[in-house]
Amino acid sequence: MVELASWLASLPIGQTLRRLNWLGPWPQIVHILANGIILSAVVMIDMRIWGISRSQASIAMARRFQPWIWAGLVVLTVSGLALILYAPRRVLTDVTFQVKMVVMGLAIAATVALLLALRPGKEALPGDPGGHRLASLLGTLTLVLWVGVTLAGRGRWLALMLR
Amino acid sequence: MGALLLAAGHRPRREGETNVLPIKELMGWIESTDLAMLISQSRGWFPALEMIHVTATTFVFGMITIVDLRLIGVLSRGSAVSDLYRDVLPLTWAAFVVAAITGGLLFISQAVAYSANFAFRMKFAVLALIALNMLAFRLFVYPGISKWDCAAAIPLRARLAGAISLVGWIAVVSCARWIAYLMI
Repeated sequence: MVELASWLASLPIGQTLRRLNWLGPWPQIVHILANGIILSAVVMIDMRIWGISRSQASIAMARRFQPWIWAGLVVLTVSGLALILYAPRRVLTDVTFQVKMVVMGLAIAATVALLLALRPGKEALPGDPGGHRLASLLGTLTLVLWVGVTLAGRGRWLALMLR
Repeated sequence: MGALLLAAGHRPRREGETNVLPIKELMGWIESTDLAMLISQSRGWFPALEMIHVTATTFVFGMITIVDLRLIGVLSRGSAVSDLYRDVLPLTWAAFVVAAITGGLLFISQAVAYSANFAFRMKFAVLALIALNMLAFRLFVYPGISKWDCAAAIPLRARLAGAISLVGWIAVVSCARWIAYLMI
């Protein structure tokens, strides 16, 4: 990881990014906004599964917010890479960052599983309580993991202070 | 309001004059309360509160964006605005309360510095605009919603309310992130 950080730090793109001081907090702001879109899209799907929302069927809800999750993830990744290139050594060698990446990997896997469980033809019908339970479980797990990723995003400072 | 606060904080006080806006003194007192001292002097409280504050705010932004995009006409025109509004509102308010409480606790720990921070003042000016926009929406736009709830054509004032809210919340998050860059 240290070698990777050094190599990334030596890349011209990282040097260019670091010279772009005027970018200031913008990559972070975009990163936070994209994170918000993913969280809310997952909650919108979950609210239908949990039965809080009665406005649309689960399949329609999943289809409606699925593109928002993936678009959010693309923006999250691009802005996140920019943030890593700003300070590769500080970020990549940090344990909280590594924990965040693992939780994010799990969150993406849970999201894919949830959307597969809700794909057309697989919807949890009233006569299929097992399918609904699975969707409920996956929906809650997906949300918990994404909230975990968001919390972990600011976790480095907490870990630093408590060390 | 910002100019008033500034004037109150930096004006040299004359002999015998009563200061009508002793903001700086008030902030100093807030900062010296037991609760504020607990947060500012412990190692874990501030970053832990900040972590929850950022997460709750991120969530509020995301939820409101969904309603705003529906109002503007970008998202899911097929569904009723009022259904979406009713679904989204309780959770969004709950997250907002969490953000407000944690934000309040973060503020009191460094009340003097925050109240003098330009980005912090801008954030609250924008939040005030957002509150007015929301009030105007509830009073003048929402009562007539049945006429266009599921319609493809959304009235201009509803789209305007959505656009103001969306731009406003992006500005709030931006200012919030900027605060730390202006703290010494």
